[in-house]
Order: sequence, then C-alpha cells, then structure tokens
Amino acid sequence: MFDHVTVEGVTKVYGRQRALGGVSLRLEAGRLCALLGPNGAGKSTLLGILSTLLRPTGGEVRFGSVQHRQAGRTLRGAIGLVAHESFLYGDLTGRENLRFFERLYGGGGRAQTLLSRVGLDEAADRPVRTYSRGMQQRLALARALCGQPRLLLLDEPFTGLDSSGVAALRTLLAELRDGGVILMLVTHDLAAAAELANHVVVLRRGKVAFDHAQSAPFARLDEVYAAHA
Amino acid sequence: MLRLVGLVLWKDLVVEWRTREIVSTMLFFAVIVMLIFSFAFLSEGRASGDAVAGILWTAIAFSGTLGLSRAADRERDGDALRALLLSPAPRAALYLGKTAGIVIFMLATELVVAALSTVLFGAALSAHAAELSGLLLLGTIGYAAIGGLFSLMLGRARSRDVLLAVVLYPIIVPVIIAGSKGTSSLLESIPDLAAARYWIKFLAVFDIVFVTLALWAFEPLIVERG
Repeated sequence: MFDHVTVEGVTKVYGRQRALGGVSLRLEAGRLCALLGPNGAGKSTLLGILSTLLRPTGGEVRFGSVQHRQAGRTLRGAIGLVAHESFLYGDLTGRENLRFFERLYGGGGRAQTLLSRVGLDEAADRPVRTYSRGMQQRLALARALCGQPRLLLLDEPFTGLDSSGVAALRTLLAELRDGGVILMLVTHDLAAAAELANHVVVLRRGKVAFDHAQSAPFARLDEVYAAHA
Repeated sequence: MLRLVGLVLWKDLVVEWRTREIVSTMLFFAVIVMLIFSFAFLSEGRASGDAVAGILWTAIAFSGTLGLSRAADRERDGDALRALLLSPAPRAALYLGKTAGIVIFMLATELVVAALSTVLFGAALSAHAAELSGLLLLGTIGYAAIGGLFSLMLGRARSRDVLLAVVLYPIIVPVIIAGSKGTSSLLESIPDLAAARYWIKFLAVFDIVFVTLALWAFEPLIVERG
C-alpha cells in the first residue's frame, strides 16, 4: 500500500483564520511520530488532513505515491483515526460496533480478537452508552484497527484511560510501531509519548517548530517541548 | 454495494428497535397534528377529501422533519458520521442506507396516520389501497432522498433544525402537492384514478431525478472540502 507519508508546504485556512501555515514533514513505517504543540497550534487540523477528512487549502500530501486529492476507497481503508469523539454508536454493544465497522471495511471475524486486545471482553455485549470514558476510548482504538491500517492517527488517545489502560495502550502502540505501521500521536501526555515516540514534531502557530527522528524513543520530551512549543 | 446499504440500514433499524425514539416521536407529533386539524375541519363527523389529503400530507411532512433530524443526530452523537466517511465504503452506499432507514420510519408512521384518517375523518382510504400506497411510498422516497441529504449536510450547524425546515420545504413542495392532489383524487365521491396515477408517475420521475442528484451531491456536500 504505502510505507511513508509526505506532507509538503501544507496550509489550511478557515475563513480568515490560518490553522496551518506551510507544514512539511515525512512519516515513515515503523516510526511513531509524536505531534506536540500548545492548544490551537494546528495539530488536530493536520490530523484531519492526514485522515483525508479535511482537504488542505494549499500544499500537497502524498501517501506513498498516491496524492491526497486522489484519495479513494482503498486509501481510506488504510487509515485509522482515533479522535476526540468516539466515532461509536451508543445504542449498539461494543461487539456490534466492531462488527459493523469491520464489515464496512470489508472484513469480518476479528471483532473478538480486537475486543480482547483492548481488554473489553467482559463488557463486549453491553451498550456502548454504558461504558466509561476510558472504555469508550479503548473501543475507539479497536474500531480504528478494524481495517488493519497502514497509517494510524491518534488524537489524545490516553484521555480517560486508567493506569492499566495507559500501559496496555503503550504496549499496543509499541507493537504496531514495531510491526511497521505508520503512527502519529497527538498528546499532551509527554511522559506517555516519551516511551514510544522515535519521531517528534512540534507545531507552533500552524508551523513546524521542531522535527527530528531518531532510532530510539526520546527520553526527555518535556525538554523538547519546553524549548520549541 | 447493496450489502453495505443493507449494513447501514441494519444498524439504524437495530438502534431504532432498541430506542424506539424516532418512530415514537414522529407518531406522537403526527397524531397531535391530526387531532388538531380534526377539530378545525370535521363537519358532521366527516371532512372533505381535499381536507383529509391536506391533513394527511401535512402530518407526514412535519413529522418527517422530526424523523430526519433525529436520524441525523444519531450520526452526530459520537461523531459517527466521520467514521462512516473515513471507511472505504462507497459514500453512495452510506447515503442510500441512511435514506432507506428514514423511508422505513416514515412509512411506519404513515401507516398509523392513514388508519387514523379513516377513524377521525371517515376517509375511505382503503378503497384504493394500491394507488394510495404508491403515492405514500414514492412521496416518502422523494422526501427522504432530499431530507436525508440536507439533514446530514447541516451537520453541526447551529440552528440546524430550523435550517433543515427552511432548506427542505421549498424543495419538497412538489412532493407534498403531488401527494395531496393524488390522495384527494382518490377520496372524491367518484374517485379519479387517472389523476391519481398521473401524480404517482409525477412522484416517480421526481424520485428518479432527486435520488440521482442526491447521490451525485452527497460526497461534495458532506465531506469537508475546505
């Protein structure tokens, strides 16, 4: 499918408000990119563009050799997104939600595996509206994995998770990273990201203020953040 | 494609079966409208065919708007619409699945409303059930085809419920006129079947045109294009 994503001079303007002002970066398979920055820096907008749900005002995004504007069904199927909202149906059970999205992605039969992977076996047959915020977050992650994505975008995935949930998510993300998935993680939880990220991008006022990739995870993301955000 | 239309429809039907939210709201509202009109138009236990047809289609139009709003709200809760749009499923399948759900919810309401018309106004609706069914089915498809598109398009807009009525009603006026004219012709003392069939054909053409347009417009209108 694709093993890298290239963002070149991407801008995004909402009316008179410029959310992104010429962002360029490259995401690669096997790397987890921590996208950091203060509120309003343009992180969620960039995630929206990478998910293909938003179109950039200017610049270019390429998924391997496929351009953003040519994004079709195959490309959409290779992208997973965990956003602020759960993207789930509250009146369906966790299992029904996963089966529904699995079938939308043309697959089937992995719902139970995904439920186990995010630790929701026991709650699988309860309506999602009865889930806690953390449980919904776990299920949202499982939903994002339904299509076995090549690019997984995560916007504050640690929100609402208890300590065991955070640990399980870290393990899962590390597995996906080492398995060759391209990951982008937006978070303010620098400690959680520090153990995972081997690529850090700091956005400030819609522009890249820092972009560095290395083989090992970053030990002190807080210092990087303090210096550049 | 059909499998995905069925999947989206299945999801909406399961949620509705559990909550019974959309049909019960539509029914409640439609029945209230019928009762209010019954006080205004009943004379010696009967109402004229024109009045019954107008009341029936007014109830359908108003209650349908409630159903459209609530059906779209289900996709807004948890922002599930974005998950649908992000999936590799053809956008046309998503649109058709949602529209099919709205059609079924509206038809369920119309069944009760038509029965109530017979009870309240003494209207002989069952005498030409095939023609009436044709009018209701085709009118509902046209209504849902446009309404489903607009209700999803309005997304998170403020005052979306008001906006829905403002943008929807001018376009579905032909559906309401055709439906009420056709129904009225069936309720005359000597039913005018030719007129009813004319309006059925009119609705069929309307549906073909607007379902095609909606399929074409769904993706550019719903997916953000910056």
